[in-house]
Amino acid sequence: MTVAAEKPPAGSRAGRGRSPNLAVDPTPGRSPRQAVPFLVPALVLLAALVIYPLVYSLVRSFFDRSGASFVGVGNYVNLFTDPRTLTAFKNNVIWVVVAPALVTGLGLVFAVLTERIRWATAFRLVLFMPMAISLFASGIIFRLVYEEDPNQGVVNAVVVGVHDLFSDPSPYPGAQPRDGAAFTAAEEGFTSSQTFTPGTAVTVPLVGFAPGQIPAGASSASLPPSDARELRGVVWLDVSVGGRSGALDRGERGVPGLAVEAVRDGRVVGRTTTGNDGRFTFPDLGAGDYALRLAASNFALPFRGLTWLGPSLITPVIISSWIWIMTGFAITFIAAGLAAIPRDALEAARVDGATEWQVFRRVTVPLLSPVLLVVFVTLVINVLKVFELVFVIAPGSVQEEANVLALQMWQVSFGTGGDQGAGSALAVVLFLLVAPAMLFNIRRFRREQS
Amino acid sequence: MSRLKVTAALVAAIGTLAACSGGTTAGPEGKALSGQTVEVVGTWSGDEQQRFEQVLSAFKDKTGAEVRYTPAGDELPTVLQTRVQGGTPPSVALVAQPGLVDQLQQAGSLIPLSPDVEKLVGDHNAAVWKKLGTFGGKLYGVYFKAANKSTVWYSEKAFGQVGAEPPKTWEDFLAVGRAVVDTGQAAVSVGGADGWTLTDWFENVYLRTAGPDNYDKLAKHEIPWTDPSVRKALETLAELFGDPRLVEGGGAGALQTEFPKSVINVFGEPPKAAMVFEADFVASVISTNTKAKVGEDAKFFKFPSIGGSEDAVVAGGDVAVQLKDDAASTELMKFLASPEAGRVWARLGGFLSPNKDIPAADYPDDVTRELVQQLVDAGDNVRFDMSDLAPAAFGGTKGAGEWKALQDFLANPADVEATVQRLESEAAKAYQK
Repeated sequence: MTVAAEKPPAGSRAGRGRSPNLAVDPTPGRSPRQAVPFLVPALVLLAALVIYPLVYSLVRSFFDRSGASFVGVGNYVNLFTDPRTLTAFKNNVIWVVVAPALVTGLGLVFAVLTERIRWATAFRLVLFMPMAISLFASGIIFRLVYEEDPNQGVVNAVVVGVHDLFSDPSPYPGAQPRDGAAFTAAEEGFTSSQTFTPGTAVTVPLVGFAPGQIPAGASSASLPPSDARELRGVVWLDVSVGGRSGALDRGERGVPGLAVEAVRDGRVVGRTTTGNDGRFTFPDLGAGDYALRLAASNFALPFRGLTWLGPSLITPVIISSWIWIMTGFAITFIAAGLAAIPRDALEAARVDGATEWQVFRRVTVPLLSPVLLVVFVTLVINVLKVFELVFVIAPGSVQEEANVLALQMWQVSFGTGGDQGAGSALAVVLFLLVAPAMLFNIRRFRREQS
Repeated sequence: MSRLKVTAALVAAIGTLAACSGGTTAGPEGKALSGQTVEVVGTWSGDEQQRFEQVLSAFKDKTGAEVRYTPAGDELPTVLQTRVQGGTPPSVALVAQPGLVDQLQQAGSLIPLSPDVEKLVGDHNAAVWKKLGTFGGKLYGVYFKAANKSTVWYSEKAFGQVGAEPPKTWEDFLAVGRAVVDTGQAAVSVGGADGWTLTDWFENVYLRTAGPDNYDKLAKHEIPWTDPSVRKALETLAELFGDPRLVEGGGAGALQTEFPKSVINVFGEPPKAAMVFEADFVASVISTNTKAKVGEDAKFFKFPSIGGSEDAVVAGGDVAVQLKDDAASTELMKFLASPEAGRVWARLGGFLSPNKDIPAADYPDDVTRELVQQLVDAGDNVRFDMSDLAPAAFGGTKGAGEWKALQDFLANPADVEATVQRLESEAAKAYQK
């Protein structure tokens, strides 16, 4: 009995599902009343985490620092008249123009090149690895890579290494005649302002060089005895504890191997180098007045590489590090797109006698263009929010020159005593800049789905 | 037998220890505050955090109150402001920027110090510290830790090479510098990539050329940065910065040098300069990054006097303020104002206190003792770091305001006019808000 009594409802339920003329919606999921309970959790999250902050930022951008008084578009006016923000704008434009295009191009080249090699996946994995490092850590790495001191920065170490292959370092970098001695600096070297005749002995005190670094063979300096036919002199390092300046003191040593020139009427007429005691002699100059010159090659400062992190190169340097990080991302996407290209299109082109370059230009790239566009647009969005790299790589002294909008927004809101009104205004502007790229991406997704 | 003796000795030792600790904990109030919790926010992390936590545990032993310390690092202003706005302030905060204390006080977030604490502050510190802790006519802050920012650190070896003595006047300082240059090293290394080192240079020169009264006025922006006194200070500074041989790497090189690097340039191998100016914390940079020994290879002298100026010290410091009005917080402020708290950290090292009643013997070495001595001796000629008194937009932002203006000045020291104009326009913008 009981069994029989229970059966009919079960049967009728099954029947209800199949029967079209009962009260339940025939196409489940289209009824708003049914949808609401399912949507509520997502809507609440969306509203709390996205919509509220968005709207509040907009509202906040019309209020002053304290948030108490309404300033209208004041924050926006300040923003577009502040030179720092304008620099940030300018840099953002450079970033958007240069960086995404370069990364997409590089990604395309690498993806195509690695398509048919044996270890393609391993290769791509290696190129993808920088993506696994946080931008902050990458920034610190590149900060060191571009460090000016060649003993620390690898780029300058390479630059200096290559440079030094082709030119010898000078023996006494940075040394110069003592200020009191009458020598004037020029491009060729230090020339005496006074002239000398053979038969005199000239003293040339040098400073600006570590006594410990004089070659070991140097002996103590003394004035050579004069000789009527010869122009003589001594070059020595005029540095010692308690020594008189410009005088040959005890313990002060000669500077060996220094090139000295005799100059007459602007022409070099004699050339000699100093001995271990710092003495030099021009034996056969003939009568007349000669100026002495210490050749610049003696003192040339060692090449130290470029100031990568200085005001002029900072933005290219930061962009280069961003490229290093993002190329792997572009390769992965483009390679996936490449795998989806119909092989027969490529084969057909090859059969028709197209060269590989033509195949690439006329077949591969056009077929890939939707993927390339998505990658490009995604990178543009990514570039507009670049922050950590600039913050970490640019030293404080060039942060203004390297500034970008996202960094400026953070500094204005939190870094400088918290003007969150102005910061919100910047955030809104940044949002407006990113919005077209976002809309574009959303449209594409829609089109793909339909 | 002997074993027994050892055991007995141990027991005795433990007994003594217990007695000692018992002595410190069982104060007159007993453990009146047990069960209560105080939350402290400060900037210190790492070693400093550990040391400060020892201070706090001494407080716990004394009163029985639980203390929780949260390190906020450089983000302290943001953390504190957010928490205050959110209605959950910590009980006590240790703040390095008096400007922030001023903001908090104006917003009514601070509790004025109780008369007990006020008396302690007055008794144990020079009057200037009480003045520095006073905002809107009431005492809110206890200076717990101080920094002496008027020290020039030099390499004993570099000075020995030219037989130089630590200079007393600016002229001597430049003369020693030129003598050092003769040996192929630069005179000073300047950490110009960090703007704050340059503000410290300026403040020390300004305090000496313009005097403490003008210093106070400039700090409040009561006189403009285009004032002749500012020009004079910058011109004095240009005597040093303007000679590329005196500054390691010249202006451009200095702008690429960060503060730790500037210390390593002097005390590392190979040395590139003979002197570096900054605060007492140079000592810890030396001992962590180089092989030089502080006190032997690395010594310091007072920032030289300019035009016969008196002893003066530019100081920094962490000021304790109270944000919650309960017995435990008040008791902690009282503790921090007493020499007792400072003594705990002083013994652990890396600590200077403006509190003049911490015995010199508590500081671990001669260098620290000398640093404290200078600070205490300068008495009312101590001035707080001006850039920390200024609004952060002017005195505390990387690549902006005073930092950037002085960095531009370092790049081109001849252009005093452009520097003062830029300083004034940036200051005008920052102070009006």
